[in-house]
Amino acid sequence: MRTKKEAIAGWLFAMPVVLGFIIFTLGPMLASLVLSFTDYRVLIQPKFVGFDNYTNLFSGLDPFFYKSLLVTSYYVVLSVPAQLIFAFSIALIMNRDIKFRALFRSIYYLPSIVPAVAISMIWLWLLNPDLGLVNSLLKSAGLPTSLWIFSEKTVIPSLVFMSLWTTGGTMVIFLAGLQGIPRHLYEAVEIDGGNSLQSFTHVTLPMMSPTIFFNLVMGFIGGFQSFTSAYIMTQGGPNNASLFYVFYLYREAFTFQKMGSASAIAWVLFVIISILTVLVFRSSNMWVYYEGEAKN
Amino acid sequence: MKRRKITGDILTYIFLLGMSASCLLPFFWMVRSSLMKLSQIFIMPPVWLPNPVRFDNYAKALTVLPFNQYFLNTVIIVVGGVSGTIITSAICAFAFARLRWPGRDFVFGAILTSMMLPYAVTLIPTFIGWRLLNAIDSFYPLIVPAWFGGGVFNIFLLRQFYRTIPMDLDEAALIDGAGYMRIFTQIIMPLTRPAMVVVGLFSFMYYWNDFLGPLVYLNSDKNFTLSLGLQLFRGMYNAQWELMMAASTVVIAPVLIVFLLGQKYFIEGIAMTGMKG
Repeated sequence: MRTKKEAIAGWLFAMPVVLGFIIFTLGPMLASLVLSFTDYRVLIQPKFVGFDNYTNLFSGLDPFFYKSLLVTSYYVVLSVPAQLIFAFSIALIMNRDIKFRALFRSIYYLPSIVPAVAISMIWLWLLNPDLGLVNSLLKSAGLPTSLWIFSEKTVIPSLVFMSLWTTGGTMVIFLAGLQGIPRHLYEAVEIDGGNSLQSFTHVTLPMMSPTIFFNLVMGFIGGFQSFTSAYIMTQGGPNNASLFYVFYLYREAFTFQKMGSASAIAWVLFVIISILTVLVFRSSNMWVYYEGEAKN
Repeated sequence: MKRRKITGDILTYIFLLGMSASCLLPFFWMVRSSLMKLSQIFIMPPVWLPNPVRFDNYAKALTVLPFNQYFLNTVIIVVGGVSGTIITSAICAFAFARLRWPGRDFVFGAILTSMMLPYAVTLIPTFIGWRLLNAIDSFYPLIVPAWFGGGVFNIFLLRQFYRTIPMDLDEAALIDGAGYMRIFTQIIMPLTRPAMVVVGLFSFMYYWNDFLGPLVYLNSDKNFTLSLGLQLFRGMYNAQWELMMAASTVVIAPVLIVFLLGQKYFIEGIAMTGMKG
């Protein structure tokens, strides 16, 4: 009797998210799939066009599709490892026996709370080629200056560099993971005569691998969906060199009002991210260590 | 051996201080530029401190666009979004953490997977849906979704907290004749107040900082949020850095204050979510 009551209560309490999932996730997902096979602009009735939207993309008829894929992949390949290594190194140093750890942690986290638009404004100013602080500092140190986001070659590396400013969240996650590693594991390495490099490769890395894995997956899913910096700082330029995929999609949908082909663009992104996620999960068996497994 | 440790310590602190300086420098530069005369900004090599200090820039930046209207709009969206998130994510987390019902694990799994779904996939149909409801250029598309579970991430976070409370409490309350709603509001919620604060702070950040949502759904000037206003400002006063930096400072200040007040919760919350997902 009670179990039945509990079952009803369970469904009732879960109702908001169940409805939300259907209305705002599952439904739109299917609708988007259907739309991707139509020609749908604002004033025209949607018209079924089969695979036309997809063939237009893959045949290169729309020159921006491959370009934006390339640009976004370049950004992801550069930014995800850079952010992870950067955040991890700082977390390692923070994990030493230091004073004021909480203070440093807060300072490093601080930039992550800034609204994306404001981040873009600040960096537009800092990276200004003529008047910006970064070039002035480089100049006074006798180093070569750069055009940063205003040159085709340097725009993506500049955005990656900028993104390092907001890796504080990842650093906090890593630091919490590091502090959760039991001391006795390190002591065991010491007793066996291991050095600090060995305790890093045999204790720290394996124990941290699930956290690294989690951040890797979230990092590349997020990286593929970068939008705001391209929208505000570069408008995809110069010469489409920062035409991020989601910016390209946004333009197709909301500037050119081509909802059908924009849906196809979205589904291609979905498939790419799914394949990559599956690949990363497959590979995780080889390098991610879960404590629970050893005990079974 | 001991000397080596001391050198290592000194290097560590130099590094930590250097990193702190790099983190804070952009903030300093923003405020510094916001208080300068434009002519002083153009001096090369740059001057570090404004002289004279010009607070007028703020007055000017805030009056050329109706920033108080933008502020009000942002507050409305934030209040609607945050309250919806806290209330419904707590209710749903209770169902997944404390109640046994058929299909629970399947539903939870399906919802968790949707965390990996690119928002770009649902964006267009959702937009079309709101247009059919004639809700474009209103705050509904930005607030209403928060009342449907408030984001998987928050449910997940609260569920982790709820599961740490002994089940005996629920059993005892049931025997005493309490219903599930009472268990939720009088046992679980009071015991997990810090977790709710974490969810509240995160969703505050989310709604305050959101850009794509307002960009897609709000078209008329009077409905703009601060983020949109700042973007509009950039289009109008492109080279007037002192005004742009003053406006940016104003947009950042509230989040900064909230962070300073609640930093303990922030850091704990972040650390929690990154654990074995």
